[in-house]
Amino acid sequence: MLKKLTATLLASSILAGSAWAETTVTAVMHSGLRVLDPVMTTAHITRDHAYMIYDVLIAQDSEFQPQPQMADWEISEDQKTYVFTLRDGLKFHDGEPVTAADAVASLKRWAENDAGGQVIMDRTESLEATDDKTITWVLSEPFVPMLDVLSKQSALPPFIMPARVAETPADEPITDYTGSGPFRFVEEEFQPGVSVTYEKNPDYVPRDEPADWMAGGKVVNVDKVKWVNMADIQTAVNALMSGEIDYIEQMQVDLLPLLEGDPNVVVEVREPTGMQTMTRLNFLHPPFDDPKIRQAALAAISQEPVLAAMIGNPEYYQICGAVLGCGTPLGSETDADTLTGGGGMEKAKALLEEAGYDGTPVVLMAPTDLVALATQPVVVSQMLRDAGFTVDMQPMDWQTLVTRRAGQAAPADGGWNMFITNWMVPEISNPISNPMLNGRGNDAWFGWPTDEKIEQLKAEYIAAEDLDAQKQVSDKIQAHAIENVLLVPLGQYSLPQARRSTITDMINSPVPVFWNLKKTE
Amino acid sequence: MLGYILRRILAVIPVMLLVAVFVFLLLRLTPGDPAAIIAGDMATPAQLERIREAMGLNQPLHVQFFTWVGQLLRGDLGTSLISSTPVAGMIADRMGPTLAIALLTILMSVALAIPMGVIAAWKHRSGADYAVMTFSVLGFSVPVFVIGYVFILLFSLKLGWFPVQGYTPISEGLVAFLKNAFLPALTLTTIYVALIARMTRANMLEVLGEDYIRTARAKGAPEHRVLFRHALRNAAVPILTVIGTGFALLIGGVVVTETVFNIPGIGRLTVDAILARDYPVIQAMILLTSFLYVLVNLIIDLSYTFFDPRIRY
Repeated sequence: MLKKLTATLLASSILAGSAWAETTVTAVMHSGLRVLDPVMTTAHITRDHAYMIYDVLIAQDSEFQPQPQMADWEISEDQKTYVFTLRDGLKFHDGEPVTAADAVASLKRWAENDAGGQVIMDRTESLEATDDKTITWVLSEPFVPMLDVLSKQSALPPFIMPARVAETPADEPITDYTGSGPFRFVEEEFQPGVSVTYEKNPDYVPRDEPADWMAGGKVVNVDKVKWVNMADIQTAVNALMSGEIDYIEQMQVDLLPLLEGDPNVVVEVREPTGMQTMTRLNFLHPPFDDPKIRQAALAAISQEPVLAAMIGNPEYYQICGAVLGCGTPLGSETDADTLTGGGGMEKAKALLEEAGYDGTPVVLMAPTDLVALATQPVVVSQMLRDAGFTVDMQPMDWQTLVTRRAGQAAPADGGWNMFITNWMVPEISNPISNPMLNGRGNDAWFGWPTDEKIEQLKAEYIAAEDLDAQKQVSDKIQAHAIENVLLVPLGQYSLPQARRSTITDMINSPVPVFWNLKKTE
Repeated sequence: MLGYILRRILAVIPVMLLVAVFVFLLLRLTPGDPAAIIAGDMATPAQLERIREAMGLNQPLHVQFFTWVGQLLRGDLGTSLISSTPVAGMIADRMGPTLAIALLTILMSVALAIPMGVIAAWKHRSGADYAVMTFSVLGFSVPVFVIGYVFILLFSLKLGWFPVQGYTPISEGLVAFLKNAFLPALTLTTIYVALIARMTRANMLEVLGEDYIRTARAKGAPEHRVLFRHALRNAAVPILTVIGTGFALLIGGVVVTETVFNIPGIGRLTVDAILARDYPVIQAMILLTSFLYVLVNLIIDLSYTFFDPRIRY
C-alpha cells in the first residue's frame, strides 16, 4: 500500500514537474509572418519559418561548406551522378516516414522558382527516387557548385515537404504545413502578421554532430517558441526590459543605449557578415545607359558617409567593396578603392565631362517607410549632386517602389534610374545566386543589363574545378561587375540581436534558429 | 419610427455600393503589386508575372470587380492575397481587441468627461473650470504616442503595475483583460475626455443661461437636479453626437495606440494590408468601417429621441 502511494506521489510529482517545466521562448522577429510557402517567396521571415518546421537534405556550416543533414551523399567519378541517402528516423509531423519520393517532389518544386535550382535543372538528365531512401540525380555535365546550391541557407533553400504538398504548382501557395523539422507549426494559433506558435516536435531525431550554423544536430530544448510581431521597435525594447519577451532579432542601433545598462539583457551581433546595402542602376535609359556615366556615379559614391548615416555606430558596419560580400569564401575587393576609401569625386567629374553628360535627371527612388532603406538615398543623392549629376530623388513607399522598378518605361514616363536595397550576405555570396550578376537583358533582374562577359565569367565559374579556381574567377567577376557597374556596393552592416540573459546557447548563424538554445528561469 | 429605421437601413445599400466602387477603383489606380510582396526581392520579372496570373491580378478590371461583388453578395469577403487566409476570419480575430478597447475607452471617457464638463460650466471661470480647460487643451495637443510611452514608462517599467504590451481577451478573465487593456484605453481616454468635456462645458454653459434654468432655481429646485435633470438633459444632443462619432472613430481602428501597445486590432490590420496592397483585406475593411459608421450614426439619431422628446421621426 505504502509502495503504491509512494509510486503514485512520485508519478504525480514527475508529471507536475514536467508541466511546471514547460518553457516558451517569445521572440520578436524582423517582421510578421504572412506567407507560409517557402518556395513562393524569398522573404526572410518565411525562410526562418521554414527552418522551424521543415528540414533540408544538406546544410551549410559556418565555413560555408555543405554538410549532411537529412541525407549524406556520394558523387560519381565523372561528377555527373549524385546519390543522396536519407538517414534513419526521419518522420513527418503526421507520423508518416520521409521518403526519397517526397524529397524528389520537393526538389522539383523548389527548382521551378530558385535561380540556382533552374541552373541545375538545365543540366539534369534525371532526378528520381531509386528506392525509399535513395535519391539519384544524374547531370548531363559536371556542375561543381551543385552541393553549394543545394545547401544554401538563403534565399530559397530546398526544404523537404511531403510529396502530396510538393505537388502543388510552384506559383500556387501550399495549404498543408506538414514538415519534418524540429518544430511543428500550430496552425490554430496562427494569426498572419500578428503571431505564430511552434511546438517542439517530439519525434524529431537530431544528428549526433554539434550544431554549426544550419548543419549538425538540431536539438530542441524548449517546448514552445512564439513569434510575436511588433510594429514598433520601442515597444519590443520595453517588453524585453520588462521580461515579457525573450528575444529581439534585429535591434535599431540608436535604441541600444536603452538596453546597455540592463544586467538582464544581452546585446550581441549574431554573425559578422550581416547584410549588404547596395544601389542598382537602370541600364536601359539615359544617363545610365552610358558606361562612363555609370562609372562616374560609382566614383562619386563613398561608403563611409552612407553607413554612418544609416547605422551610426562603426561597431555595427563594415566598409566593403566586394560584390560577393566580405567574410565570404569568394569575396574580393578588387577595383573598389574609391568606394571603400573615398576620394573619387574628381574622377567622377572628369568621367562626366568625358561622357558629355547633359544634365539628364537621375530619378532615384527613395522608400520612406522602411528604416533600413530610408537614409541611403539621401546621402547618395547628395554625393551624386556634388559630382555634377542632376538628381531627382522621389520619396515613395516600398510597395510603390517595387511596382515602379518592374517597369521598363523611361524615367520621364514613370520609370526610374536608380534604387537602393539590402541583401543578406550569404544570398549574394555566390555568382550564380547573386541577382545583380545576371546579364541576360530583359530576363535579368531589375535594371536589365545586357552583359555577355558576365555570363561568360559565370560559365567559367561553373566549370571551375576547386575553390582556388573559383576564387580566381570570382576575382575577375568582381573586377568586371565594378567596371560595368552592375551594382554599387554601399557596405555591410549587422543589426545586433538582444536577448534576456536567461536565453543561452543560441547559434550565431545568419538565419536565426531556435534549436540548441536553452531558457533558464 | 419603424418606417424611418427601415428607410435609413435601405439607404445603406446605395452608400455601400458607392463605397465599394470607389474603393475598388482607388486601390487599382494606386501603384503597388501584391505579387512583389509575396515573391520577395529576388524574384525575377517572369516569376512575378506567373504569380500575378495565378492570383487573377492580370484579369481586366471589370472582371475582377464583378468577381469580388459576386463574392460579397454570397457573403464571402474573399481570401487574403498575401497570407491565403479567409478575410472574414482575419477581421473576426482582430475585431475583438478593437471593440473591447473602444468600449472601455468610451466608458472611461464618459464617466470622467461628463462630470468634468458639468463642473466646469457650473463653476464657470473658477479654478475648477480653468483646470478642466487646461487638461482639455493638453489632451488635444499632446500626441497620443507620447502619452502612451509616458504611461508605459511610469505604470509598466517603473511601477510594474501593467504589462508593456499585448492583449488578453476577456474570455480569459476580467482581471487579465483589464491588465492589458487599461493602459491603451487610458491613453485614448485622455483625448476623448478632452473632447467630450469641452463639448459638455460649452453646451452646459449655453443651457445654464436659459430662462427655464432660472425658473427651476427660483422655484427652489436643488442644484444637482437643476444641473443633471434640467440642464444636462437639454445639452445632451450635441454631446451624444460627439460620443457616437468618437466611438465610430475608435472602432475604425486606432493605429498608433495599437502599435505602441502591440494590440492586434483592425487598425494595424488595415495599415498592414495597405502597405502590402492586400486588396481583399483593404476592401473588406473599408466596407466594414463605412457600414459601422452608418450604423453608429443611425443609433445616435435614434438615441436623440430618448433625451429630447421634441425630436420625432
